[in-house]
Amino acid sequence: MTAPRTLYDKIWDDHVVHTSEDGTCLLYIDRHLVHEVTSPQAFEGLRMTGRKVRAPEKTIAVPDHNVPTTAGRETHIDNEESRIQVEALDKNAREFGVVYYPVTDIRQGIVHIVGPEQGWTLPGMTVVCGDSHTATHGAFGSLAHGIGTSEVEHVLATQTLIQKKSKNMKVEITGKLRPGVTAKDITLAVIGKTGTAGGTGYVIEYCGEAIRDLSMEGRMTVCNMAIEGGARAGLIAPDEKTFQYVMGRPHAPKGAKWEAALAYWKTLFTDEGAHFDKVVTIKGEDIAPVVTWGTSPEDVLPITATVPAAEDFEGGKVQAAQRSLDYMGLTPGMKLTDIRVDAVFIGSCTNGRIEDLRAAAAILKGRKLAPGVRGMVVPGSGLVRLQAEEEGLAQIFQDAGFEWRLAGCSMCLGMNPDQLAPGERCAATSNRNFEGRMGRGGRTHLMSPVMAAAAAITGHLTDVREIMAEAV
Amino acid sequence: MDKFTTLTGIAAPMPLVNIDTDMIIPKQFLKTIKRSGLGVNLFDEMRYTPDGKEIPDFVLNQPAWRESQIIVAGDNFGCGSSREHAPWALLDFGIRCVISTSFADIFFNNCFKNGILPVVLPQEAVDHLMDDAKKGANARITVDLENQTVSASDGTSFAFEVDAFKKHCLLNGLDDIGLTMEKSAAIDAFERANAMARPWA
Ligand code: SF4
Repeated sequence: MTAPRTLYDKIWDDHVVHTSEDGTCLLYIDRHLVHEVTSPQAFEGLRMTGRKVRAPEKTIAVPDHNVPTTAGRETHIDNEESRIQVEALDKNAREFGVVYYPVTDIRQGIVHIVGPEQGWTLPGMTVVCGDSHTATHGAFGSLAHGIGTSEVEHVLATQTLIQKKSKNMKVEITGKLRPGVTAKDITLAVIGKTGTAGGTGYVIEYCGEAIRDLSMEGRMTVCNMAIEGGARAGLIAPDEKTFQYVMGRPHAPKGAKWEAALAYWKTLFTDEGAHFDKVVTIKGEDIAPVVTWGTSPEDVLPITATVPAAEDFEGGKVQAAQRSLDYMGLTPGMKLTDIRVDAVFIGSCTNGRIEDLRAAAAILKGRKLAPGVRGMVVPGSGLVRLQAEEEGLAQIFQDAGFEWRLAGCSMCLGMNPDQLAPGERCAATSNRNFEGRMGRGGRTHLMSPVMAAAAAITGHLTDVREIMAEAV
Repeated sequence: MDKFTTLTGIAAPMPLVNIDTDMIIPKQFLKTIKRSGLGVNLFDEMRYTPDGKEIPDFVLNQPAWRESQIIVAGDNFGCGSSREHAPWALLDFGIRCVISTSFADIFFNNCFKNGILPVVLPQEAVDHLMDDAKKGANARITVDLENQTVSASDGTSFAFEVDAFKKHCLLNGLDDIGLTMEKSAAIDAFERANAMARPWA
């Protein structure tokens, strides 16, 4: 009998092609997602060496980081470097024959939203992409890594990745979440507890009742930010919800293959007694709606708290906290709910799915953006956008005064025209609050879609539970 | 990556010491989407005036050295920023070998990853080859990696040292990808087994 194994162990074992004497493995890659920023040199490398893409049918390309989210982008992108990168992807995708969703395709969107939506991401798979938020796909019980450009080339050419195995970490969220608390609050609370390096060297398995209760969209939000906790990947064992989500998607198996797949997927769980190198447990009912105050995703506090002082921290964090406070323009001791915002951004691979838009729209329905606040909703894919329009969500956002954009990464990283101005402050549903991330000098507070919606209405960071308590 | 076995070609003399990677490829060319295509900007600021005209005195602009495949350089070639664009630019221009008394460490390793052979030789040997290089197309230098020798046009031969594994990779044109491709039988076997066990994947 084999020793009890974790979910990560099982997926790993099923993908080892070769093991070297020093323990380095060649891991088979089932799905390779590609976007325009980290792939041009990799394709170029193939061209220079006369190599082909080994498995073009397992390689899925979509432009997302650089694309504008306004009309007319199919014919013209103003920024020359962005345009060149998007055009390069177009050329490479066609020349090498990989699966491709250009901006003109309704299925185009953020790579991590498109993959699951189209059924490319399936339980038990290895998924890589030249982007750190590839961890998103772990929500399906797949092992999903971000990789660098040289590795992108390696995967394109060989469909494998040279890897050493990580350690196992378990993050358990027990019990039930309180009203107004979402998947985003879970994932931020975990990072707030473990720090941005707490997961370094580990692959995290999220489990517990609060995780089981989450929808697939919510689980993707949780896994998406595993990287902000330092982990290489985050995953969640597949269950009925996973199978329901996958069933019928364009690239999901059908018929007899579906039955075979299902039988296999049901073996994908951590065995009783399997060893975890590190365990973190958080009670679901202890998690409040949270926001970040600083410039690291670990700078997380419940919305009811006050801005900390640098002296509240220890070691190197004292200086970092001071720098964050200066950059963010905050005074220690002020209530988080007194922080005024200039902009609200709802979107990104963390919170740009239909459920996120539904949740935000439920708060915004019949309400308006606070005067002077700029609001932007950027659906994660063309299909999410379409669905939101059909469900009337787009109308709710527009009635509230939000801009309703085309799909892409948008403000999440400000590589495209959507950026904050210096000093502008934004309530954002994305995943990184680094200095300059959303535009030079821009100030980012990370939070859930409902919290961002609440801030949009009041013009300052707000406890969404207060809005929920008001009758509309 | 192209194999490197033997190379006979024109060598450009660049006796300047401390040629850094900023000189090899200035930072304004790092925004490219390519590894190739950097050859025209190799040594850009030494090679062109600010308005883009060739500086006739620069060695690679002179008719005798336009087709150089080798550079014989002064000490400490490739120092400064770690940019891999430096070997990319050299390679794109057509340089496959650089000979000097010493190299900056990162640049040295980056060369091997990109199919360029950096050869370290003692001062007298470099001086001898530098004289040869100055003769342009009249004096071709031969580099033999298998036998680890560099021969001047007068037949004088100099032996050089090279790490055995790096030599193996270069002789066979193997980078990480090349090495993995040596295991392609294992990948094929995996794919066959996988197609049976998980046909939906
Ligand atoms: S939405 Fe943001 S985090 Fe996600 S892939 Fe795009 S840039 Fe990266």
